[in-house]
Amino acid sequence: MRTVSAAETATTTYPWVVHAEGLRVRAGRHLAVDGLDLALDTGVHGLLGPNGAGKTTLMRALATVVKPAGGRLTLLGESVDGRADLRRVRRGLGYLPQQFGFYPRFTVREFVEYMAWLKEMPKAAVPGAVQRAIDRVGLTAKADARMKTLSGGMLRRAGIAQAIVNDPAVLLLDEPTVGLDPEQRLDFRELLRDVGVDSCVLVSTHLVEDVVAACTDVVLINEGRLVYQGTPNDLIAQGGQGDAGDSAAERGYSALLRRHRAEAGR
Amino acid sequence: MTTHPSPAVLARYADREMSLDEATVWSVEVHLENCADCRAQMAGSATDDSRDLLARVAAGVDHNIAAGPAPAGRRSWLAARNRWLVWHSVPWLIMTVAVLGCAVLLDALQPSLPSVVSLLAPVAPLPGVAIAWSRRHDPAWELVAGTPAAGLAMLLRRTAGVLAVVVPALVLASARTGVSLALTLLPCVAFTAATITLGAFVGVRRAAAGLGTAWALAVVVPAVVTAEPPAVLQPGSSGVWALLALTLAGLAATRADSFRRLTSHN
Repeated sequence: MRTVSAAETATTTYPWVVHAEGLRVRAGRHLAVDGLDLALDTGVHGLLGPNGAGKTTLMRALATVVKPAGGRLTLLGESVDGRADLRRVRRGLGYLPQQFGFYPRFTVREFVEYMAWLKEMPKAAVPGAVQRAIDRVGLTAKADARMKTLSGGMLRRAGIAQAIVNDPAVLLLDEPTVGLDPEQRLDFRELLRDVGVDSCVLVSTHLVEDVVAACTDVVLINEGRLVYQGTPNDLIAQGGQGDAGDSAAERGYSALLRRHRAEAGR
Repeated sequence: MTTHPSPAVLARYADREMSLDEATVWSVEVHLENCADCRAQMAGSATDDSRDLLARVAAGVDHNIAAGPAPAGRRSWLAARNRWLVWHSVPWLIMTVAVLGCAVLLDALQPSLPSVVSLLAPVAPLPGVAIAWSRRHDPAWELVAGTPAAGLAMLLRRTAGVLAVVVPALVLASARTGVSLALTLLPCVAFTAATITLGAFVGVRRAAAGLGTAWALAVVVPAVVTAEPPAVLQPGSSGVWALLALTLAGLAATRADSFRRLTSHN
């Protein structure tokens, strides 16, 4: 029997946790996200796409780090485009950037504590939440090691710990599995499924098998537009024998992209 | 508040052999959570077996607490240090203090020239302020920019951290060289406020660079060439500087919504 958490039974006043309509976001001068329509609900969503598809730019816009150039973007029922007050939405966000910088002299615990403080968590809840986040990513033994002494995979896990420390309603992870060894990736998938029970998780990745194993939903974008959204099984069903790829999911992925490019080329 | 359950019901609740229907168990349980009297009554009527069991459990919990790792200590001063100091601006603050030291030396060696300390005082905090709110120099900018704490309050907090170093250095320098304290500190504060106000429009880094260059060209160069103290730093002008600082600080406060995201200008 599973414990039903309060968040699962709470009523919401919005139809989608993340809702983008005709979203356009610039990366420098280039319009990296161009007219994207996306609606995400609770669950784990895998964001796939070739290099330069606009995944990272989309993540930044969803994390409210960059301002959309056009379109509408609603997070947790609140509009986050333009000059809106972002404080309330940001309290419910967790974000792991693709390349995240850190202060090398901080220990893992100080780093996660500092991020928890920036996320305006109640003071009394911080030490417990920090310990729990560090435990969940398996860094308990390294909690008091300085960030500069950590390996690439450990840094990544410290980054995941800061993203989940405030139990976010929207968790955005940009390439979280880079640098993780196979065993840690399995643990990470477990963590994703766990978090995805009552929050909306968007994971950007190049590894199709990660998406199939851990996600409830696949989002494929190319050149800043939505190409496909469906379940992993639907993605697998898209591929035929003639498509490139070593697994059924990879064949589905390349079939979808090939079809989209053919349509765009016409 | 519900009425107190009868002693008979409480006894049946405590005794697992006696079956009590589920609805009654729930209502008794909710009542017991809030009613110390009934809890005491139930504890008083507990059997010896239950007492033994409770004692064993308590001993077991105590033992495990003693055997487990010690709780992480409170390190509030460490956390406070991390919140107020901006580590990546430390080298720039050291440079600022060193330059002020050189200015004091120059003043001592060349008393005929206008005081270098008072010429440098307005622009002394600008490098630190520019670094405190900058994409390029803050390694964790992407993490910080997506948190609810990011905004004018954070810029002011970091600016206060910079001024906490620069102001004592200026006080020392003006005491060593005999320059008026008001004419050292007031322009310094006014320029800091101007940087933040202008930064709302063009980015803090550009604002700091622009104001620093303007001051150097309009005041420092003529003063050095003519060897005359500049008119804007005459003894009577401190009231004007104070008024300017207040006005600019007020203007900056009205532009809070420009600092919610780190724009590409920073």
